[in-house]
Amino acid sequence: MKLHPMIAALRRHKAGVVLIALQIALTLAIVCNAVFIIGQRVSRVNRPTGLDENNLMLVTQSWVGAPSGDQPGDVDKLDSMQQADLAALRAMPDVESVAPINSLPLLNSSWNGSAALKPGVELREGNARTTYYFTDEQAFRTLGLKLVAGRAFTPADVQHRGFRDTSTPPVVIVTKALADKLFPDGTALGKTIFLDGGSSPSTIIGEVDRLQVPGTGSWTNSFTWNATLVPTRLDAGFARYAVRAKPGRLDAVMHAVPQVLYGVNRMRVLDDDSVKPFAQIRQEAYRSDVGMAILMGVVCLILLGVTAAGIVGLTSFWVGQRHRQIGVRRALGARKIDILHYFQMENLLISGVGALIGLGLAIGLNMLLMKHFEMDRLPVLYVLAGIVVVMALGQGAVFAPARRASNVPPVVATRSV
Amino acid sequence: MFAYYFELALRSLKRSRGLTLLMVLAIGFGVAASMTTYSVFRAVSGDPIPWKSSKLFVPQIDMWGPTGRSPDGEPPNAMDYADAMALMRAHRATYQSALYRISPSVVPADASKHPINVGGHAVYSEFFPMVDMPFKYGNGWTAEDDTQRSAVVVISGKLNDKLFGGENSIGRTINIEGKDYRVVGVTGDWNPQPRYYDISNTGGFNSGSEDVFIPFQRAIAVSMPNDGNTNCNEVPAEPGFVGLQHSSCVWMSFLVQLDDAAAVQAYRQFLDGYAKDQQLAGRFGWAPNNRLRDIPAWLDNQHVVPSDTKVSLLVALGLLVVCLVNTAGLLLAKFLRRSSEIGVRRALGARRSEIYAQFLTEAGMVGAAGGVLGLLLTGVGVASVGWVLPRDIASLARLDLSLLAITLAVAIVATVLAGLYPTFRASRVQPAWQLKSN
Repeated sequence: MKLHPMIAALRRHKAGVVLIALQIALTLAIVCNAVFIIGQRVSRVNRPTGLDENNLMLVTQSWVGAPSGDQPGDVDKLDSMQQADLAALRAMPDVESVAPINSLPLLNSSWNGSAALKPGVELREGNARTTYYFTDEQAFRTLGLKLVAGRAFTPADVQHRGFRDTSTPPVVIVTKALADKLFPDGTALGKTIFLDGGSSPSTIIGEVDRLQVPGTGSWTNSFTWNATLVPTRLDAGFARYAVRAKPGRLDAVMHAVPQVLYGVNRMRVLDDDSVKPFAQIRQEAYRSDVGMAILMGVVCLILLGVTAAGIVGLTSFWVGQRHRQIGVRRALGARKIDILHYFQMENLLISGVGALIGLGLAIGLNMLLMKHFEMDRLPVLYVLAGIVVVMALGQGAVFAPARRASNVPPVVATRSV
Repeated sequence: MFAYYFELALRSLKRSRGLTLLMVLAIGFGVAASMTTYSVFRAVSGDPIPWKSSKLFVPQIDMWGPTGRSPDGEPPNAMDYADAMALMRAHRATYQSALYRISPSVVPADASKHPINVGGHAVYSEFFPMVDMPFKYGNGWTAEDDTQRSAVVVISGKLNDKLFGGENSIGRTINIEGKDYRVVGVTGDWNPQPRYYDISNTGGFNSGSEDVFIPFQRAIAVSMPNDGNTNCNEVPAEPGFVGLQHSSCVWMSFLVQLDDAAAVQAYRQFLDGYAKDQQLAGRFGWAPNNRLRDIPAWLDNQHVVPSDTKVSLLVALGLLVVCLVNTAGLLLAKFLRRSSEIGVRRALGARRSEIYAQFLTEAGMVGAAGGVLGLLLTGVGVASVGWVLPRDIASLARLDLSLLAITLAVAIVATVLAGLYPTFRASRVQPAWQLKSN
């Protein structure tokens, strides 16, 4: 089939052709970027935290009129309150294990600092940023962490201190990511590091496979997997407990926890948010990511639908307009399939041009988004896939009107309109 | 004449139902997507205190020096205790207040009820006139209460409903963290979003309520801990809340009111002078690097509007453009199909302007129908943003009369714009040629 007469014919519908091509170009540009956003969000949401998330819940509570921690004896008083809570929770029949902890991955409440190989290095110039999880020897069982080297905490490792006190833990466990960052050339086990620019060393006694930081904002992107576990109970007017229920008993434990804690001490605050399954923490943390992905998905569907409908509409119009010419071609010996191919080729030509323009627009839009928002470079694969999709969409949309065109009988040529 | 065009348009639209439906759907979806995302954008980018935002300023002091600055040289976005207290003592602005977020527990008088947690801020008395706090009962406390560290409290109407059944509770006491506080004021409806006075501790949008305000110095005196972010450039030398106050860690916000350009200029000079004094005293080892931004500039600087909101709006506007291009193409097809009709009308004496009027009416009607569909879909969209957006933000998006009006207006104006070129082409139809070919 020769392209020349087709192009000559298209020149007579310049405006329509330009509009369809423009529409395809814009659709391609937006869909590529939207699908890229969806892909990024989905991979973000799907990354594992390193926890065994099933049967895990978090209790956040505070005591009323608790000691402030500034008077002598305050810290010990707070610690005995916390120990009483821990004992009561651990005694619950459906509870597997309980660990005090200052935060959990995805909770967006964190204590961050830096780890360095030398003492006294300024915080910002520390060798690696890290988040701290202050917990005890039951952390591994409770959180379901995977130890890849060294040993877990023992009760003898565990200390306690006031929330705002500054003391350095003698031993810590770090994530593999942090260990590799600090000691790229060998094992971190048994090595010492200095936390927060301090001058007393902490010895690394173990490495965990993976543990995410609590923050999910973009500011944590540089240290998402750098976590340090500190065997210390933090004593303050509030406390958090990670609780692992026996398989299938999570709901039962969640319902029973408030009564158990009120039983230990009535003067405390437990509200609707105090007892949360980890699934809820995950859902809240990624709500906006999932939302953005859904929104972009809806926009893509509308876009593709509108564009397909537009192609059907405009091609139908052209078919109607060229009714007579089609009849003439048929009378002169063109087969049905020739007519069908004619319209399909025409659409391929227009979408091809549109896709080419769209390629440029997609990259342009991506650059705009990169410049003004936190966006990565659009991989070429997305654009190529997008081109295939819009071309296929064009062919799908043009098929029905083209079929109708091919069914125009040759006798039309002999009739006057 | 309009009635005639209206009837013509109706007839024409009825003739090709499929095409009409297609255009209406495209416009409806395009407008609804744009308006839904716009409603969210409008909600988060609005000025929380429009009548006064240009008079309220947030000072920043560079107490950390070069190692603590952001990559673009910005000092910390919050205050440490020492500098905040120095600015309070200097008292150079019309009003000023250091403030920090607190989350104390309130013990109900009814012993059978469990204690509850409430959110709020420790502020100075000048905070209330500064933010134009509406009061349902009573008022803020006095400057004397500030210095006396009085056990007084301003509570929200909501907390007043909960504790006192909505009665005038001025003079009654509530138990906060085990100590009695006398209620001096009950606030009216007050829920500015974003929380411009404490961005560093709220992140901007916060659905948590502001239930209690207590005097700043009182909160410090009873060691009421801060609930929010604490950022340190070096580890505090001393333990405890007192240690935090003696450290250079930042955990407070600061708000001042400056009434005119001269006052702003004077305050800037004062800040620089203060930093220079600190430099001379050896506390700061660097030249002054202060900032003083009014509320709109501050919100912009702190990137309060989530970038997702802007990206969604951008993408939705792109969708609207595609829908309009689509409509333009379909209108073009529709109008040109009626070339012979146009030819007859022109031959019978219709002027070009009348062709314009006829076809733009038709485009406008498509737009209006799309707008009505768009209204319904926008309603659905705004109602369901709660599914896809964080709660703090989703609750702000509202369907109000102005949004409805904008939706309809955008649909009609956009469709008429899309119809301009097709109409132009229609008006150029040569009557002679059309009549001859028939």
